[in-house]
Amino acid sequence: MADFLSFRTDEASQEPVVTLESFGDQSNATAVRIEPSEDARALLPFLDRISLVEVSFPAYTDGRGYSAARILREAGYEGELRAVGDVLVDQIAYMRRCGFDSFKPNAPLDDADVEAAIARYPDVYQKTIDGRTPIWAKRHESA
Amino acid sequence: MYQYDNYDQAMVDARVAEFRDQVSRRLEGKLTEEQFRPLRLMNGLYLQLHAYMLRVAVPYGTLSGRQMRMLGHIARKYDRGYGHFTTRQNIQYNWIKLSDAPDILADLASVEMHAIQTSGNCIRNISSDQYAGVAADEVADPRPWAELMRQWSSFHPEFSYLPRKFKIAVIASPEDRAAMRLHDIGLELVKRDGVIGARVFVGGGMGRTPMVAPEVNPFVTEDEIIAYVEACLRVYNRYGRRDNKYKARIKILVHELGVEEYRRQVAEEFAHMKALGLNPPREELARIAAYFADPAYEGGLPDALDRSDPDFALWVDRNVATHKQPGYAIVNISLKPIGGIPGDASADQIELMADLAERYSMDELRVTHAQNIVLPYVRKAELYALWQELHAAGLGEPNLDLVTDIIACPGLDYCSLANARSIPVAQKIAQRFAGNGKDAHIGELKLKISGCINACGHHHAGHIGILGVDRKGTENYQLLLGGSGAEDCSLGTITGPGFDENGIVDAVEKATDLYLRERAEGERFLDTYRRLGMAPFKEAIYG
Repeated sequence: MADFLSFRTDEASQEPVVTLESFGDQSNATAVRIEPSEDARALLPFLDRISLVEVSFPAYTDGRGYSAARILREAGYEGELRAVGDVLVDQIAYMRRCGFDSFKPNAPLDDADVEAAIARYPDVYQKTIDGRTPIWAKRHESA
Repeated sequence: MYQYDNYDQAMVDARVAEFRDQVSRRLEGKLTEEQFRPLRLMNGLYLQLHAYMLRVAVPYGTLSGRQMRMLGHIARKYDRGYGHFTTRQNIQYNWIKLSDAPDILADLASVEMHAIQTSGNCIRNISSDQYAGVAADEVADPRPWAELMRQWSSFHPEFSYLPRKFKIAVIASPEDRAAMRLHDIGLELVKRDGVIGARVFVGGGMGRTPMVAPEVNPFVTEDEIIAYVEACLRVYNRYGRRDNKYKARIKILVHELGVEEYRRQVAEEFAHMKALGLNPPREELARIAAYFADPAYEGGLPDALDRSDPDFALWVDRNVATHKQPGYAIVNISLKPIGGIPGDASADQIELMADLAERYSMDELRVTHAQNIVLPYVRKAELYALWQELHAAGLGEPNLDLVTDIIACPGLDYCSLANARSIPVAQKIAQRFAGNGKDAHIGELKLKISGCINACGHHHAGHIGILGVDRKGTENYQLLLGGSGAEDCSLGTITGPGFDENGIVDAVEKATDLYLRERAEGERFLDTYRRLGMAPFKEAIYG
């Protein structure tokens, strides 16, 4: 059972995480947490000094964090992107596709379940920023 | 029609395996009902009053004979011998056991079907025009775009936990047979200087706050439709209301922001997304479109019909529509026998329709949003033989678009949300108007019944709409007039105080009697209502 899960090759960030509101005032802060109602784009001017963004999921049904993650990755953010809160095994694969690379769930996840969930789908239908080649592109790769 | 390749099949097979695993984790108690709920909903499985209900997707309403036969098999093996076709061109089974659900999905996957995203707060089945590909007035067959969007929306990682469900319709004719502007996003394909693109309407819907979708973009070129729709959804996912389930649909966001501001936000997001390469290339659309190419029509077929059998002639006049190809016809099979349950078909009937599609309609059927079935490619010379078989099976009701061709939700007979029964009201109205013969005199009249304000029976969009409510513990029915889901889209207005079950039937008859007295040459009920306004109808109903 895992209460923290990382898909990064580097060490997980241990920096103190500050709220988006205080992040603006603390020019040496490198880890920030955003809530569902907060605009991920507010972080764009600071991406080069951020090493960890925690995206909060107070309830798994609140999908705003998926957009927040994708927006950060689309803007070129390469640091750690961590989903925190009500993160369940059946959401991990979609979160990975949106750019999350670490997870701190409220309730620990069964490692085997996570592995099965991530390996479940052989392919993807959409292009996102996760680098996977969508089915429509594979179909037209020159043979 | 579209056929899966290995990629599509592998995705659907993976879904079956995933759901089998989720169901077993639920049955073992590893998932609570609360945790299981969103997972089963992503697979179309609802917990209703008496049992689980499974909703199976019929993408843009198109089916082969083999697929239709499988729907009959499921009705017989896992349900009580019938299925219910819905207003979103899907089919529902009302008596499903949870432990059977994975096997049903496996059976569906064996004929390239699924129940993916037929419920839940995600992008639902893409709906379309039931006459796609055979209508004379279309710019292009809309189904290749619908299939492109089916694939794009399947397992979409960003848009699977939206504020609320999300429905998209794609049409390509000026005549709207799919209630396009009552969808969260409606796309109408149009041609501009020889280039195909889409008019994009966002924020339509029914429910407790009905709205006709405003146009957000007059022309998005076909190469950018996916990215534009993705931008529309991202703005919604980020800013749609999540504090109140009843204000969570995109129509509320568009309304509260105002269409100009919503349009501006989408344009900004679209400018960003355009650069991300989200749109499949043209070759992919062409690959899909090849599956929807015209079938091998025979030339030189006769258009003349032997109308000497008056019952047949009546059915032709009412249920057969003009085909773009000489010698062919579009046949509507009414699932509204007088006194029956709107949209229901028995396993035998479903299997017969599968047979008939194979023998008479180039192996293809369509489901309509009015809960009927279409055979799109019938030779006129074979209409009489086809009609005799339909008639013998109770599928020959000649009532397309008449007052007896009623859209109704399952209502309190099945649904855990309903306040009142819909089916018995539909049955009584059909019996009254078929019995006194007024249905034939009235002509086109779209009557739609919902058993609660969620409006699954489209009552807002009925020329006559009926809404069942709970009034101090008894079922009460409100009457609405003047709605339309077609290209002249409008929302009905409540006439006044509600009625009991018999009273609502009388009220409908009073309204239609006034119409029969007052109508001008060529006017439908809706036209007369629009010309005269509510006052005389109110007087006739309550006076």
